Amino acid sequence: MIRVVLPAHLRTLANVNSEVTLELKGAVTQRSVLDALETRYPMLSGTIRDHVTKQRRPFVRFFACEQDMSLEGPDTPLPNAVASGAEPFLIVGAIAGG
Amino acid sequence: MSKVRILVGTKKGAFILTSDGKRAKWDVSGPHFAGWEIYHMKGSPVDPNRIYASQTSSWFGQVIQRSNDGGKTWEQPGTRPGESTTTPDGMPMGESNKFVYDTSPKNGKPLTTHMWYDGTQHPWEFKRVWHLEPSLTDPDTVYAGVEDAALFRTTDGGKTWHELAGLRGHGTGPQWQPGAGGMGLHTILLDAKDPKRIYIAISAAGTFRTDDGGKTWQPINQGLKSQYIPDPNAEIGHCVYRIAMHPSRPNVLFMQKHWDVMRSDNAGKSWHEISGNLPTDFGFPIEVHAHEPETVYVVPIKSDSEHYPPEGKLRVYRSRTGGNEWEALTKGLPQRDCYVNILRDAMAVDSLDACGIYFGTTGGQVYASTDSGDSWTAVVRDLPAVLSVEVQTLP
Repeated sequence: MIRVVLPAHLRTLANVNSEVTLELKGAVTQRSVLDALETRYPMLSGTIRDHVTKQRRPFVRFFACEQDMSLEGPDTPLPNAVASGAEPFLIVGAIAGG
Repeated sequence: MSKVRILVGTKKGAFILTSDGKRAKWDVSGPHFAGWEIYHMKGSPVDPNRIYASQTSSWFGQVIQRSNDGGKTWEQPGTRPGESTTTPDGMPMGESNKFVYDTSPKNGKPLTTHMWYDGTQHPWEFKRVWHLEPSLTDPDTVYAGVEDAALFRTTDGGKTWHELAGLRGHGTGPQWQPGAGGMGLHTILLDAKDPKRIYIAISAAGTFRTDDGGKTWQPINQGLKSQYIPDPNAEIGHCVYRIAMHPSRPNVLFMQKHWDVMRSDNAGKSWHEISGNLPTDFGFPIEVHAHEPETVYVVPIKSDSEHYPPEGKLRVYRSRTGGNEWEALTKGLPQRDCYVNILRDAMAVDSLDACGIYFGTTGGQVYASTDSGDSWTAVVRDLPAVLSVEVQTLP
């Protein structure tokens, strides 16, 4: 079981109140987590990564186990603590603007 | 008795203001989609309770919302709560937010770049939907004007969107350049008399027309003069802010440009200036009276570098002669210390016998006039900055 924490606006969009849980088969990577997230919550398609290129949107960051994972490759395995469900995968709206 | 519904898009959500035909007392509903920018909302002319909204965020991109009950409840088309979230072959749905440029050779040309601010070529990148224009005849068909400039259409109520690629592919696309606010397709006018004719406008490319339902397009900018571009009389490159028409006379167009108020009497083939006695001919919105095709409204703004009314006086200007002769409408509007702006999509008219005019400001006020502009009252005063205003006249 994978735990994913969404930013507030995306929780509203997905109509969830807290972190979401996903069941994954195979390697646990950014790509597989986001694929599973968008399948379960299709209204999130395009809000975290581009519909076509699958590039992360510029003001969205990924964190896990107190590390910024945003610049890791999409197929790089996420930490074991995320894969086991001990720690959540955090999707964060960057603090930006004014 | 008739009712009026004002759809207000703001920097921080959508608001819906409703009143009976007297337009004296208003109910305010909202914010809907709190915290998101609502660039535009518009209802279907044939099914007024069908309303489409463009919900956007620099963080999380584009979302299309649809209401089937006049704005009480909303859904993303194709992802109704409780329905399957995948198609029968297992593909995720959620296509309603997907605006992908058509670069297939079959549908035009593999056009991938336009001109950037520095004159180099830059990839076309989808950013947001600026304007939604529902079909005049079918509630499931809607046109979407987007940034970077392109025209999309849905024919299934917003579930899927497809580009009318002939616009970007017609030939001048690589010369299109963004204005300071981005390269947005912000105006879509549907010709009520000729379903195959559509006018659109882009900042800062200009105005274009199709006569075959969107397959082929031509620039219609002859007569526009823009001193800030290398060739002031160029075929394209003009920063058109808004065009308007009266539905009974679709060959007559009015334009507010980055400086100059213009008019065309031949479906955009040529334009002439009608700024006349305006205190400044810079501004953003332009609108036509519901029952008087020669009555036009603009809101002059001081200059391209000072986006607020001259002298701190908020004045709508009205011409009853189709331009050139303008009168200031001030009753009920602040006449001192007013430094708001009125954006291009933030003015609209109703179609009651005594035509109502409405506009929203970057200061969060929505003003209404129920006497063709002679006098004004603030419907609301303290909304977030208003991005767009549309009005529905309901039976």
